[in-house]
Amino acid sequence: MNQSNKKLAIVDASRLIIEAMKKAGADAFIGYPITPSNLLYSYSTQLMPIMLPAPDEITTLQWMSGLSATGKFPITATSFPGFALMIESINMAYMMELPMAIILVSRLGPATGTATCGAQGDLAVINGLLSGGYSLLTFAPSNFEDCWTLAAKCVEAAVKLRTPIVFLTSKEEVMTYKTFDLNKLEEIKPVKRNFYNKDEKYFTYKPNENYSPDFLPVGNEKWQVRLNASTHNQEGILQNIAPEALENTLRLEKKIKANLDKYLFYQYLSDNNSDILYISYGISSQAALEARKIAKTKGKDIDLLILKTLLPISEKYYEIIKKYKRIYFIEENETQILQRLFFGSKASENIKSIGSIGKMISPEKILSESI
Amino acid sequence: MNPETIQIKSILNTNKLPFCKGCGHNFIGLNTARALEKLNLNPLDIILVTDIGCHGIIDVAFNTHTVHGLHGRSVALAAGISFGLNNPQKKIIVFIGDGGSTIGLQHILEAARLNLNMSVVVHDNFLYGMTGGQSSGLTPTGFKTVTSSKGNPFVGFDICKLTHAAGASYVSRIIGVGDFSEQLKEAFSVEGFSLLEVLEICPSYGVKLNPKFKLQEIAKEAGREIGVWKNQRNKFEYPEDNKIDSLINKLKILEPRFSNKIKSQLRIILSGSAGEGVQLAASIFSYAASLSGLYTTQKGSYPVTVGVGFSSSELNISNEEILFHGIELPDYAIITSIDGLNYSKNKISKMTENQTVFIDSSLDVPQTKANLERYDFRKVGAKNAALFSLMYFIKKTNIFEFEAIIEAVKEQKLEDKVDLKKLIQEIE
Repeated sequence: MNQSNKKLAIVDASRLIIEAMKKAGADAFIGYPITPSNLLYSYSTQLMPIMLPAPDEITTLQWMSGLSATGKFPITATSFPGFALMIESINMAYMMELPMAIILVSRLGPATGTATCGAQGDLAVINGLLSGGYSLLTFAPSNFEDCWTLAAKCVEAAVKLRTPIVFLTSKEEVMTYKTFDLNKLEEIKPVKRNFYNKDEKYFTYKPNENYSPDFLPVGNEKWQVRLNASTHNQEGILQNIAPEALENTLRLEKKIKANLDKYLFYQYLSDNNSDILYISYGISSQAALEARKIAKTKGKDIDLLILKTLLPISEKYYEIIKKYKRIYFIEENETQILQRLFFGSKASENIKSIGSIGKMISPEKILSESI
Repeated sequence: MNPETIQIKSILNTNKLPFCKGCGHNFIGLNTARALEKLNLNPLDIILVTDIGCHGIIDVAFNTHTVHGLHGRSVALAAGISFGLNNPQKKIIVFIGDGGSTIGLQHILEAARLNLNMSVVVHDNFLYGMTGGQSSGLTPTGFKTVTSSKGNPFVGFDICKLTHAAGASYVSRIIGVGDFSEQLKEAFSVEGFSLLEVLEICPSYGVKLNPKFKLQEIAKEAGREIGVWKNQRNKFEYPEDNKIDSLINKLKILEPRFSNKIKSQLRIILSGSAGEGVQLAASIFSYAASLSGLYTTQKGSYPVTVGVGFSSSELNISNEEILFHGIELPDYAIITSIDGLNYSKNKISKMTENQTVFIDSSLDVPQTKANLERYDFRKVGAKNAALFSLMYFIKKTNIFEFEAIIEAVKEQKLEDKVDLKKLIQEIE
């Protein structure tokens, strides 16, 4: 290796994620330990100003919601069995518009599955998580740099859009140690929390120009705050199906979609002469990168789209995809979750998935199935 | 007390609460307001957290902060607020029913165990009023509900005993008739966790199904004693922890100074038994490789129960940054025990003549086309076998300087865990 100007250390991504989120403004970790997210938990114990061990994952999300209501920025880390318990409460936090981040470390399912084996099977759950089909903003880091910068962006987006966000990673990403150049870590500035401070009456759910309401913590002594998980009006009063309340509910989707471009992260590698596109995310994107590199040594150009803002699916992704004759989704499952998200249950013949369960997808497998 | 004649002051914006005529929820709402006014609290120093159930629609009448969450979760949600505010001057009050208390029993016990600064008012009318009068976990034996027309055959939870046993500073049970604002005031004044169970009757279902029902009698029959129970405990305080500023700054910065002879990425698996230092040995190897100017990846595999069975580590080393770190087919497999062999034999069976298996000499030779190097790795003891096998591997392959692994042990201050001198002697 060329060592000049490098600051090398052996690092794991769990460490990067927790420190980046803290630098961006996360100040509380609530959690229940579960493999393979345990490193994130133990690092938080050392680093986070508030660290609370919850007795279960439902309590975790409720405590986080309470902390968020007071102006803290809570995070947690879990894997599917714990995440499944959190789902109703994530709906609550979404409806109450409480900023927080949930780090979801995928492992092999269904159910308890294999705790110590990686997988990419949780995207299906996240996509259908919010009743009504609303979009839950979901980021997925593809490498160590993302585990730093994207983790910080996760905190920023959650604060600016007043919403819970899922940071989707996997066992192979957060439990692997690598020699890494720390100089690649960009400076992270804390996200500014601008709490409402005007003299006009505060309405908890009155949207500003980006559809996101100003935030004010409960317990403040200036204005009443009314948080509500039921269908409610701008004041936060339960309203059954009153038009104003339904409009408020619909705003939640508009808020995410209207601001998506600000938080749209992806990596598009193109030589402008390929008719094949690989689409991947998370841990599998590294295999796709290597497959592309190997193909190039054999004189074959293949383009690659790495999705980092995973949900909701951006129109920009379709604009890229439409240029290609053959498309391969590379994801560590055998049920084509990502492909089905893009193209439904029956995709055309030129769209295929390359998957795997129980082990990482190898570059060799990608190449053998695509060229 | 006629609720509609109560004078409204700062806490409520109406004395016409949204409940059925005769419902005890009216009394709880009005007495709560009166208790808070007696405490002379600013409404914005109060956070009312309501659960799901008839009582939960009261938010609109309160001038306090209000939070309306999920069924059964209000105590946990309020606990989060208590953690966040961490201020005894702020009054966090939960309204919850007997149904919510049943769903969220764990949340109540947990908040009591931690003795969080908050108060819970259980509206116990012995049934689920909002959903049609079904029995709850707090319904006393013999009490008739829509789902137990001959009387509840089961024993109801005694929420006061449970909460007291969990460690709450203050627990009380009262009959929810008349002016009970003094009892509420006492509960709200407690430092730490207080719970007040207010027995009441649902006029829509409870009265109709239990026409001769008298709160005092049913409480007595059910063993639901009226009274106050206290624990002399300190309220929740955050533990004094020494937090660090940065995890990254704690990392040892590597200064590569040894040479290596690697031309392309090498994939190595090290497999042995749990408790025999496999992961530690792999981390030392990874560190040594980094000191030799190599990029490395290191990933452990082991069963869920970490102290038994196999322990394996996948190691990649390369002069270029490593993208894919999985190992389908290793260039080298290093096996130190039967557990390791059993775990890795599938990969070993696919290895070719370009690849090599280093295997402890006590083990049967596996089926493989790979080259075999047999050596007694366990002669240095089971605990040292994994590191010893890697040292032997470096000696034999010379992929990087042997000195690098010695330096790796020293720089990581592992000399008290690793008898380097003995291992070096055994190799030489």
